[in-house]
Order: sequence, then C-alpha cells, then structure tokens
Amino acid sequence: MATATRYLLAAKDLADARYVEPLTVSDLAKAAGMSRAHFSRQFRDAFGEAPHQYLLTRRLERAAALLRNTDWAVTDICFAVGLTSLGSFVTSFGRVYGRTPRQYRESFPPAQRHIRIPMCVARAYGRRQNRTFREADAPIEA
Amino acid sequence: MIKLANAQLWVRDQDEALAFYTKNVGWEVLADVSVPEWNFRWLVVGPADQEGFGVVLMPVPGPPMLDETSGAQLAELVAKGAGGTIFLETDDCQAAYDDLSARGVVFNDPPTEQAYGIDTSFRDPSGNNIRLTQVLEFSLDRGGQGS
Repeated sequence: MATATRYLLAAKDLADARYVEPLTVSDLAKAAGMSRAHFSRQFRDAFGEAPHQYLLTRRLERAAALLRNTDWAVTDICFAVGLTSLGSFVTSFGRVYGRTPRQYRESFPPAQRHIRIPMCVARAYGRRQNRTFREADAPIEA
Repeated sequence: MIKLANAQLWVRDQDEALAFYTKNVGWEVLADVSVPEWNFRWLVVGPADQEGFGVVLMPVPGPPMLDETSGAQLAELVAKGAGGTIFLETDDCQAAYDDLSARGVVFNDPPTEQAYGIDTSFRDPSGNNIRLTQVLEFSLDRGGQGS
C-alpha cells in the first residue's frame, strides 16, 4: 500500500510542478503507472479529491494569485495556468471563488498599489533626460 | 529583524527571461506589474514552494539611468558571465538536473561531487549564472575544495 501511495504522490508532485502545462489525468495516471480509472479511484482514496479536481484547484489557486499580483489580462492568466478554455475557466473560477475572475481582481487593491514596487527605482527608469529642446542651439543672450 | 526579500538580476529582455524562469526552470510569477508612466515593469519570479523571496528580473537600463554606452557595456558584461549568481539548493541534484534538462535548460556541467555536496550550474539567456547544489556533509573524500 505504501508503495502505491508513493506512486500516487509522484503523480500529485507532477500536478504541482507542471500544472501550467497541458497535463491531463491520463498523464498523471501514467506517472503513477496505473490505468486511468484505477488511478482516479486510488488518488481520491489517498488524497480525498479526484485528480482532475486537484489539478483544477491548483490552476485556479494560481490564477487567483496572478489576478491579485499581476496586471495580466484574464485571458492571458487562463492560458498561463494551463487552461485552454476561457469560458470553462470563468465558470470553474466562479464555482470556487463565488465571483468572476474580473470581480475577484476588483475586490483587491490594483496590483500597481498592492505590490510593493520600489518607486525610486521605477522613477529612475522613467525619469526624462534633461533636455534643453533647441535651447542649446539658440544663441545665448547676455 | 532584517530579512532578505528580493534579489535582482539584470536581464537583456524581460519577456525572454520570464519565459526562461517559468517554462524552463519551472518557477512562478510572483509579481508582474507595469507602470506605464514610468516606462517600468516590476517583474518578480521565484520557486513555487518557497514563500517570501523572489528574484527581480530588471531590464538593463538605458538613459537617463545609464548612458547608452554604459548600458551596452553592462549587458555585455552580463553576457560574458560577469553578472550575478543565484545559488539554489536541492535535495537531489541529479533529479533536478534531469528534470530541468528535459525542460530545455542547458547546463554548464553535469552534477559533480564536491567536498560540500553535489552541484552543477546553468545560465539564463542573459548570461546570469545559476548554481544548483545538493548540500551534503562536508567530506574531502568526495572532492577537494574548489575541485
């Protein structure tokens, strides 16, 4: 039993490490060396959650973090966490977080305020160069 | 108490660096916020299972922060390997080497036994060095210091 659990853990580790890739339950079952149906039952027994649900939960958690901490578009976040359908993403997100991704983002301060960006550094990048705008070419009057 | 929050690397292209550290190295984006009025993008990445520390991927600056010549020299120095180094630790150097190699990371050298453990290294697209070490009990039998 311990050996089987170890293989299941390998599949769970794979989901944790590679959820941004187009992983499927079949990939996880393969990592555990089990048939898909057997793997799904064993995974649920061991971890209390079906593998597809576990994978989706990881992706949605990550999406929530990206909604809070970046200014990426919702569509970009959907694809960045390994999901391929924006409609399914919005629906799944709503089931877990009780609101749309956009509403979830709006319930937090904007990332630009929420993230601690050292403004001295940002300003150093954006500071305009000292320019005289044609003054240098103009004769200097006494 | 003073603690380490973020460290910074100069990168030649933030999108290129972002793709490398997330897709190849397997890290997560901790923050990515643009400040258009300052023409600035705060981009932080880090290992998925380590909270409270991130690596800021900062573009090599141009004028007025650095004049064009100095900026180009800085990018060139990083490309020559004179930029910073990040020292990572792992429980299993060989497994990490195999995993990252499969993800497309090209290592400078294979996992090598040292007195302090087993380590290897790779570079990011800009030339920054990343050292990956499995720390073991110190033993000169495994390899001399600096070997």
